[in-house]
Amino acid sequence: MGNVLAFCEFSEAALRTSARSCVAFARQAAEKHGGQVVILLVGKGAQAAAADAAQYAGKVVVIDDPGLEKYTAEAYAPVVARAASAEQATLVASVASSVGKDLLPRVAGLLDAGMASDVAAILDKNKFRRAILAGNAYSVVEVGSPILCVTARQSEFEAAQPLGSAGEITAGEAGDGDTLGAEIVKVETSKSDRPDLNDADIVVSGGRGMKNGENFKVLEELADLLGAAMGASRAATDAGFVPADWQVGQTGKIVAPNLYIAVAISGAIQHLAGMKGSKTIVAINKDAEAPIFQVADYGLVGTWEQAVPELVAEIKKLKASQT
Amino acid sequence: MKILVPLKRVPDPELKTKIKDGAIDLTGATWVVNTFDEYAVEAALRLVENAGDGSRHGEVVVVTIGPDEAAQQLRSALAMGADRALRIGADDKELDAGVVVATLMKVIETEKPDLILMGKQAVDGDNNQVGQMLAGKLKLPQATFAASIELATDKKSVTVAREVDAGVEYKKIPLPAIVTVDLRIISPRAVKNHVTPDSHEYQEGPRYASLKGIMQAKKKPLEHKTLADLGVSQAAVTRQVSVELPPPRAAGRKVESVQELVKKLHDEAKVI
Ligand SMILES: Cc1cc2nc3c(=O)[nH]c(=O)nc-3n(C[C@H](O)[C@H](O)[C@H](O)COP(=O)(O)OP(=O)(O)OC[C@H]3O[C@@H](n4cnc5c(N)ncnc54)[C@H](O)[C@@H]3O)c2cc1C
Ligand SMILES: Nc1ncnc2c1ncn2[C@@H]1O[C@H](COP(=O)(O)O)[C@@H](O)[C@H]1O
Repeated sequence: MGNVLAFCEFSEAALRTSARSCVAFARQAAEKHGGQVVILLVGKGAQAAAADAAQYAGKVVVIDDPGLEKYTAEAYAPVVARAASAEQATLVASVASSVGKDLLPRVAGLLDAGMASDVAAILDKNKFRRAILAGNAYSVVEVGSPILCVTARQSEFEAAQPLGSAGEITAGEAGDGDTLGAEIVKVETSKSDRPDLNDADIVVSGGRGMKNGENFKVLEELADLLGAAMGASRAATDAGFVPADWQVGQTGKIVAPNLYIAVAISGAIQHLAGMKGSKTIVAINKDAEAPIFQVADYGLVGTWEQAVPELVAEIKKLKASQT
Repeated sequence: MKILVPLKRVPDPELKTKIKDGAIDLTGATWVVNTFDEYAVEAALRLVENAGDGSRHGEVVVVTIGPDEAAQQLRSALAMGADRALRIGADDKELDAGVVVATLMKVIETEKPDLILMGKQAVDGDNNQVGQMLAGKLKLPQATFAASIELATDKKSVTVAREVDAGVEYKKIPLPAIVTVDLRIISPRAVKNHVTPDSHEYQEGPRYASLKGIMQAKKKPLEHKTLADLGVSQAAVTRQVSVELPPPRAAGRKVESVQELVKKLHDEAKVI
C-alpha cells in the first residue's frame, strides 16, 4: 500500500488544466497502489492555489517558500523527493509538461526510482502503456523499483473533476532551496490571449507551405473565429515564421484536441506523432499525395490562399445562422 | 575544456517499424547515432573549436554503453571530429536509464569532464530520462532541452536557452554541469564560445564527416571496457513487456469543397 504524490503546476489561485490531467492519472494509480492521492504544490505563492487543489484530492501538501520563487529542477527535485518520503508515496506523478519532463527524472535519480515517461495508460500498479519510436509503436513497460516516478501524457487523461468534498491542506518542508548555482536569467514568453496549445479544444496549425509569418495572419483569423490555439510544424517554426513554442510533434507539443486543422503541412511522421490522437483531423494541402491526407478525417486538396479565407467566410456564415 | 558526450545507437528512425513476437523486429535494421546525440556531438565540437581559424581548444570524448557493433557509431562521432571514444560493453536488453546512469557516473568519475553534453532523448525509447537522472545523482546543475548554449569567457559557466512550454527560458549554470540538447541546437548561431568569432554562421545541421575525418577516425583511440571493469553491478528495473503497432486510423476521406467541409464538421463530426 502506498500513496500517489501528484506534483501539480498551478497558475495563481488554481491548478492548471494540465495538473488536473495529472490528478486524473494519479487517481487511477492510487486505486492500484491502494493508497490516496496527495497533491503537492511547490513554489512561492502556492498557498493561493491550495483551496482549489483541495477540491481534487483528500490531501494537499503546500510548500510555499520565497526560496522557491522560480522553478529550477535543482531546487525543486529535493523538495519533491522529501515530500514523497514524508507522504509514504510509492508513485510520484506529474504531467509530461516541460517542467514535469525536466523535474521527474531528477527526482527519480534522488529516490533511486525507476521511471516511466509520458505514459498513455496505467495497466497495473507498475505497468504502463506508452508510445515509443515517435508514436510508431506502443510498448508496455514494467517498473520494478519499490517507488516509481511517472509522467503522464496530458492528452490521454481527461482533466479530473472536483470530488465534492474538500481535502485537508498541510504545509510541507521547503528545505534549503539550493539551486547549485543555477540561475534563471530571463524567460521570453510569447503572450497570447488564445487558449493554451496543450489544452485547446481546437488547434489550427500551419506549415512550411504558408511561406512566411505574415501569411499566418489568415490562420490566426480562423483560429480566433473558432476559439482555437495556434500550432505549427517544425519547418514553420525553424524558418522563424512563428514562435518555437507553437511546434507540434515528436519534439514539440503532443496535442489531442477535438479538432486539428493542418494547413500546408505535409504530414511527416514526427509531426503526426504530435497530433494523430486528435479526434477529428482536417488537412488542407495543395498536394493530393501529401501523407497528411492518410490521417485526415476530412482532406481538402487546394491552396490555403484560396481555401482558408473561404473557410473563414463559411464558418462566419454558419455562426451567423446559429444566433 | 573537456566535454563528455554519451551517445546511443538507435535503429534508423526513417525505417518502417516492424513487430515480431511482441517486440520490435530489428533483423536487418540499420543503426545510426541517436539524432539528438549527433546534435550533441556537433554542439560539443562547436564549443571547443575556433571555427574562424580551425584551431581546437578542448577535448571531446564520446562514450556509449552497448554491444560490439555500437563501436561503429562511436567511429562516426570520431569522424565528425571527436577526439576519443569509449565503449562499455552491454547488451541493449540489460540496460535501462538507471544502469546507463550508474555506468556514466563511473565514467565521469575517471574522466572528470567540465561538461556532459547529450541528447534530450533517445528516439527509439523516447524516454528522456538519463540526463536529468544523472544530474540528480551527481548533484550537478542541469539544463535540459537546450536550443542554444553560450560558454562564458572564463569557461566557468554556460547560459542555455531552454525551450519550455511557455516560451524560452535562459538558464545560467556553473560547470561542471549536464546539458541535454533539443533540435535547434544545430541552427547556425546556436552555439557561442567566444573563441569562434560571434559573427560566424555555421551550416545548419550536424557536420558531415570528411574523407580525411573518416581516415583519421580509424587511428583515434577507441577503448573497450565492460560493466564489470567499471564495477557496475546494478540491474535494470524497467522492462519492456510487449510492443504493438498503434491502432490504425480509419482511412481519410477527401471533401470536394470548403462548403462540404464546413457542413461535415458541423453535422457529422459536430466539432464546430
Ligand atoms: C529528430 C526530428 C524531430 C522532428 N520533430 C518534429 C516535430 O516535433 N514537429 C514537426 O512538425 N516536425 C518535426 N520534424 C521535422 C519533420 O521531419 C518535417 O521536416 C516537418 O514536419 C515538415 O514540415 P512541413 O510539413 O511544414 O513542411 P513540408 O514537408 O515542406 O511540407 C509543406 C507542405 O505544404 C504544402 N503546400 C505548399 N504550398 C501550399 C499552398 N499554397 N497551399 C496549400 N499547401 C501548400 C506542400 O504540398 C507540402 O505538403 C522532426 C525531424 C527530426 C529529424
Ligand atoms: N546506452 C547508452 N549509452 C550512452 N548514452 C546513452 C545510452 N542510453 C541513453 N544515453 C544518453 O541519454 C540520453 C537520453 O536517453 P533516454 O533517457 O534513454 O531518452 C541520450 O540522448 C544519450 O545521450
